[in-house]
Amino acid sequence: MSSLSYAAPATVDEAIGLLAGASGLAKVLSGGTDLLVQLRSGRTRPALIVDTKKIPGIIGIREVDGGFVIGAATSGAMIGEHAALAAVYPGVVEATNLIGSTQVQGRASLAGNLCNASPAADSVPAMIAAGATAVIAGPKGRRTVPVEQVVTGPGRTSLARDEFIVEFHLPKRAPRSADAYLRFIPRTEMDIAVVGAGVNVTLDAAGVCTAARVSLGAVAPTALLVADCAAALVGSKLDEHALAKLDLAARDACKPIDDKRGTIDFRIKVAGVLARRAAAIAFERAAARS
Amino acid sequence: MSFPLSLTINGVARNITLDDPRVTLLDLLRERLELTGTKKGCDRGQCGACTVLLDGRRINACLALAASCDGATVLTIEGVTDGDALHPVQAAFIAHDGLQCGFCTPGQIMSALGLIDEGQAGDDPERVREGMSGNLCRCGAYAGITEAVLDAQRRLAGQDGRDAS
Ligand SMILES: Cc1cc2nc3c(=O)[nH]c(=O)nc-3n(C[C@H](O)[C@H](O)[C@H](O)COP(=O)(O)OP(=O)(O)OC[C@H]3O[C@@H](n4cnc5c(N)ncnc54)[C@H](O)[C@@H]3O)c2cc1C
Ligand code: FES
Ligand code: FES
Repeated sequence: MSSLSYAAPATVDEAIGLLAGASGLAKVLSGGTDLLVQLRSGRTRPALIVDTKKIPGIIGIREVDGGFVIGAATSGAMIGEHAALAAVYPGVVEATNLIGSTQVQGRASLAGNLCNASPAADSVPAMIAAGATAVIAGPKGRRTVPVEQVVTGPGRTSLARDEFIVEFHLPKRAPRSADAYLRFIPRTEMDIAVVGAGVNVTLDAAGVCTAARVSLGAVAPTALLVADCAAALVGSKLDEHALAKLDLAARDACKPIDDKRGTIDFRIKVAGVLARRAAAIAFERAAARS
Repeated sequence: MSFPLSLTINGVARNITLDDPRVTLLDLLRERLELTGTKKGCDRGQCGACTVLLDGRRINACLALAASCDGATVLTIEGVTDGDALHPVQAAFIAHDGLQCGFCTPGQIMSALGLIDEGQAGDDPERVREGMSGNLCRCGAYAGITEAVLDAQRRLAGQDGRDAS
């Protein structure tokens, strides 16, 4: 076995210095629920593991300016227990709650779910639909990037080797706004999404949609933000016509693979159905939040 | 390179030096500390046989690097009994035949303790099944496991004077 070093820095700058100075591949560690499996299978062979969990603020949820700041390594279990977050961003919380078992959620984080860069990661379409941004720290300081710009392909991200995510921001909500996430899996628990759909909407006092974001997972190499789906919803009260347009736009956006969990045709069909169902839930929740 | 760490395991403070950072919490418990009650089924997060409570939360010990648990408090199946008296969750597993071969049982019991603490399942068998879905049982003792968890939960709620719902 090749030698592996491990460090648990106490500051962001120290972590960046370790990543920048590593002689071989350096891997950032949050919960480890993806990284440990990959270490053991030999899929990744880092020279250094940089555990972020000792950095103050990297675990925890704060309400700031009416929005939320979620530390990059905050566990799914902590996210699931945060009542204020669940009330305002129910879609993000329900997506995070779908990750693995409660034991997996005891460690699994949003940063790991995103940066593992699986096309089927559950929290990612929900975060994209919610308009979440990632704060990325590196030698030149911090930059804030929309979540949809972090992953560039399966297993690949736009982060430089000496950068890592420190936190996520969820913006302050307009009144009558809500989100929803649904996934389809062949069984009810512990499986990987065949399709995932996140929908986030804002309604006016009459119940007409004034803003929308729709994101689909597991139907392309990265999670998609589908502008045509959003356009189908804006200006509507989610009538039959809007639903049909949404369904069509979702199917048109798909570039899925064929595998044992679902054929290309099946995934495309399910994407349309899930987008409609998630939109219906988001509209209902938004109307209740006046 | 060596990696020092301090852990409190079943109430006992331990100072340990690791020579390889790849050692998982599960291997540390089983191979180094001879706490073999925690089982290794899959070693990849899928079976739950390795469930322990880390700072009060359920985790899979096979997915945690021991080095990353520095400073933490760990509860394993060996720390569950009160002297010779079985914990109510253990007693309920026996009373309801929540096991056959017993291999998954330490993980099931640790997971049940976590679930009851989280207080999220209420008295609903469906939610208990969902909350326990990270623990596989090859013997298929699921019906007994669900009954045991529900029964233990009611008993523990009664002890605390809390409402079971
Ligand atoms: C049994 C089981 C079931 C699962 N079920 C699901 C499921 O249903 N849905 C789902 O989406 N996922 C699932 N997963 C996958 C996994 O649990 C999630 O992807 C989890 O969110 C990963 O988070 P982590 O903190 O454990 O990541 P880690 O393993 O710590 O990291 C994962 C990757 O992200 C990188 N990384 C971590 N933190 C940062 C950071 N701050 N900045 C930059 N890069 C970083 C790491 O270097 C690594 O490449 C499952 C895993 C297991 C073992
Ligand atoms: S041994 Fe850890 S989950 Fe199977
Ligand atoms: S009792 Fe045999 S695996 Fe569960």
